[in-house]
Amino acid sequence: MPSEDTVISCRNVWKLFGPHPEKFLKSMPDGMGYDEIAVAGYIAGVKDVTLDVSRGEMLVIMGLSGSGKSTLVRCLSRLHEITGGTVEVEGTDIGGLSERDLIELRRNKMGMVFQSFGLLPHRTVLENVAFPLEMRGQDRHARRARALEVVKLVGLEGREEYFPRELSGGQQQRVGIARSLAIEPDIWFLDEPFSALDPLIRREMQDEFLRLQEMLGKTIVFITHDFDEALRLADRIAIMKNGAVEQIDTPDQIVLNPATEYVAKFTEEIDKSRVVHAGVLVEEGAHPAGGDPVDAGATIQSLARRIVNDSADTIPVARDGKVIGAMPRAKALNVLLGGAG
Amino acid sequence: MLGVAVLLTVLRPWLPAGLVRIPEAWLLPWRDWIDVAFEFIRGDREEGRFGLIYITRALSGGLEFILDAVANVLYGKHRWPRIEQLPWPVITGCMAVLGYALGCWRLALLAGGTFLWAALIGQWDLTMETMSVIAVAAPFAFTIGGLLGIWSWKSKRVEETIKPLLLVMQVLPFFSYLLPAVIFFKVGPTAATVATIAYALPPMILMTTLGLKKVSPEVIEAGKMSGCSSWQMLRHVYIPSARTEIMVGLNQVIMLCLAMVVLTAAIGMPGLGAKLLAMMGSFKLGRSLEIGITIVLLAVTLDRLSKAWVVKQPEHFEKGTPWWRRNIYLVVGIASFVGLYLLSWVSQGLSNVNFEDLTWSNAHQYAGGVLDEVKRKQSMTQGRALDGQIKQFLAFDWVQSTTYAIRYFFNNFILIPSEKALLFVPTPAVILAVTALALGLGGFWPGLLALVFFCIVAEFGYWDRAMLTLHSVFMATFFAFLFGAPLAVWAARHEARARRLILLCDTFQTFPSYVYLLPAVMLFGISPVTVIISILIYTMVPVMRYTVEGLRGVPAEMVEAAEMSGATRSQKLWKVQIPLAMPTIAVGLNQALVFAFFMVIIAEFIGTRDLGQEMRKTLAGTHLGWNFVLGFSVVFMALTFDIAINAWAERRRKILGLA
Ligand SMILES: Nc1ncnc2c1ncn2[C@@H]1O[C@H](COP(=O)(O)OP(=O)(O)O)[C@@H](O)[C@H]1O
Ligand SMILES: [Mg+2]
Repeated sequence: MPSEDTVISCRNVWKLFGPHPEKFLKSMPDGMGYDEIAVAGYIAGVKDVTLDVSRGEMLVIMGLSGSGKSTLVRCLSRLHEITGGTVEVEGTDIGGLSERDLIELRRNKMGMVFQSFGLLPHRTVLENVAFPLEMRGQDRHARRARALEVVKLVGLEGREEYFPRELSGGQQQRVGIARSLAIEPDIWFLDEPFSALDPLIRREMQDEFLRLQEMLGKTIVFITHDFDEALRLADRIAIMKNGAVEQIDTPDQIVLNPATEYVAKFTEEIDKSRVVHAGVLVEEGAHPAGGDPVDAGATIQSLARRIVNDSADTIPVARDGKVIGAMPRAKALNVLLGGAG
Repeated sequence: MLGVAVLLTVLRPWLPAGLVRIPEAWLLPWRDWIDVAFEFIRGDREEGRFGLIYITRALSGGLEFILDAVANVLYGKHRWPRIEQLPWPVITGCMAVLGYALGCWRLALLAGGTFLWAALIGQWDLTMETMSVIAVAAPFAFTIGGLLGIWSWKSKRVEETIKPLLLVMQVLPFFSYLLPAVIFFKVGPTAATVATIAYALPPMILMTTLGLKKVSPEVIEAGKMSGCSSWQMLRHVYIPSARTEIMVGLNQVIMLCLAMVVLTAAIGMPGLGAKLLAMMGSFKLGRSLEIGITIVLLAVTLDRLSKAWVVKQPEHFEKGTPWWRRNIYLVVGIASFVGLYLLSWVSQGLSNVNFEDLTWSNAHQYAGGVLDEVKRKQSMTQGRALDGQIKQFLAFDWVQSTTYAIRYFFNNFILIPSEKALLFVPTPAVILAVTALALGLGGFWPGLLALVFFCIVAEFGYWDRAMLTLHSVFMATFFAFLFGAPLAVWAARHEARARRLILLCDTFQTFPSYVYLLPAVMLFGISPVTVIISILIYTMVPVMRYTVEGLRGVPAEMVEAAEMSGATRSQKLWKVQIPLAMPTIAVGLNQALVFAFFMVIIAEFIGTRDLGQEMRKTLAGTHLGWNFVLGFSVVFMALTFDIAINAWAERRRKILGLA
């Protein structure tokens, strides 16, 4: 159930593409699969998705291309009208908002970053960044001051007067990020923001992004098809296939306890020891054994030497300096060596 | 079906007259019906009619006012605001600055040079008369077309209504634009402007809709997420993002305006077109040539300027750049305007050295004297002398015998027999043959349309003239392929050569169509061969352009695969390149036919016996019904081929996986 701190809440959200999606959804028998729907002439962009995003959380949505990630996010911001279900943002059903209220919501609460940047080619960096402010009618001076501030924040100082085509891909995406931050949104959507960039730049932009997030602490829905990226950034990961969410959980749980075959296959190639943290392996009731406790937030990989060399059956784990339990060394070894969890 | 057609043709001498041509009695009085309908729309309110004439009279009042104001500034027509004519150096200088601002010094040279030429050759006023209509018509066509484009993008219903209309408008002979303009608006510049606006609309509408549709979805979503209202979306997101297409639309508007304004000579619009026509009519070829050059230069200049504007991208300035540096071109433009204006004002009273008396020692006096106005005696025109020289050249024995031989051969061995043959064929046979052709090319719908369209043409009652038109079109297109295709194949072999040919074609395409009459008239005088030749030159442009494009567009891997399979050059060409290029070449063929239908009507000015000549007669009076019957005969014939060939190209492309 949505708690106080839930910012976005989806309940049984459907998005069908086709000639008469609403009519079709009403008459559709329960439990119809993606392929059957396709035979009927519809594409299930989003298929019965229920999830919550809480304040300050970073939810990463993952899946192969065509799995419905973009569609889902566009349902959350009502760039798409959903076919069934409800989407609530801070307690209001956005499906029921009037055109004007929706514009207000976007002008004040939401920001979005796009895969191919979506910059306006005829506007300079500064004018692009100030665009949302201009749209909500802020006066010239205030919006210029704010835009300069955000441009500086994303490290584009000195490029304010450039036009998008005069910038590299990474720089263009910085403009996209700056624009989405200009109105100080509470909710931040990012649709594969770094996929169009070279690997090296991508890494740099991820670091930059983490720095920003640490500073701003926004509620974020982040889409990627790159698992490494997801692991670096996510508080929780939602894995999508054919429009449906297969599993939504912390990275540790996704690699340790994949809910479906598909998720298991998806995570097969991943070096689990880099994902799983000591805290996750702690078993209740296992008595703390001797030796220095390890930090619950450390990855198994970083503890490899200790896990291999220690002779005890269990290793004590502490969080914030307080011992919370112990992790069985066999389990840790399993994660480290890639056996069955 | 073809069999029946052949049978009918063979049996013609024994056929009853009713099967050879539709009997007069069966023809419906289309002309009168259209006249009645128009009279109703146009007519007086008091007589219970619709009264469109009141609206158009009011409109033409406003339009005339604007035209007069522009005419006053450009060539000193005595109307408000009575500034009198801008001196030619001012306009020339400003065009050069504009050229530099949009492109580089070469464009500046072209723009400045064109107007300098027009001034010095003594055609300034003619040029300005022509320009004044463009200066009024182009902005109107741009705005109206843009708005209609936006509307048809917003509403599916509007788009579906507009589309077939545009298709018809694009093949409607220009005479059918002229006559309604004359009837509803005042004769002269006003009617010319209205016809020009109407003629220039279709591409603007199409390009605007296309551009708006092509805006990337992410940019749209970014706009929405920025909280744009729908007006803000249009104003700040859609229109700026569709800039390229909209500017291409503007380029086409300008070029079509020029093309049409030259043609409006037919309804008494003075200017370059009228002069060219008059000179050509009285066989003063030297002077025609000079005017032709002016028109061509003007076309190239306007085309290059507006194309440069399409690709012009904004450049950023460093912070702290002063205002005058940011707007340097504006500043220089204003400075040269003021400077040159003063200069010509000062030079007003200076001595008048005639061009014939020009020597080294009085060159400065001449230069000073012409700065305000190039007077008649001061112009550098050599038209008269050229007239004589060209006549002399044509009178040379070998020239005369060559052109005569060509003319004789074409006339007696190709044109006259084929014309006779086409006229011999019974009407139903032609209809069946065309239907069969369309059916084979395009499938069921094009076939059905062909049948309906040609039946209507037959029913309109100008069958023989329609057949003569069709004959000229086919002959010209056939020879255009015969000459153009090998040239294109040769050019397509090398990248650079292909590019140059395409550039050349693009340039030729901007020339207003009268210009094409000029070389044909020069060499072959006024005869049926001239008609074919001028259409032929005109239609060679799309033939070559699309053939080159089609051949160059064949994927490199396929050509390489053929090479690796040991194909010789001609095998490669016939087995790989041409089949794959066929859809594009077909589009070229289609364009060529449309161009030919357009040109054949224009060629009437040098004497034909087809629909064109009949149409020109209608201009003399207010025979709108007559005019439209003739115009739509052309439209239906042109559309038949247009639809069938496009359908074929489309299908072929799908089969080849090139779509
Ligand atoms: N506007 C649309 N119309 C029809 N189908 C669409 C539309 N948008 C997306 N789809 C389909 O929905 C599915 C999910 O697309 P998308 O959400 O873009 O996937 P992802 O972002 O995960 O790559 C795809 O099969 C796509 O073809
Ligand atoms: Mg996507």
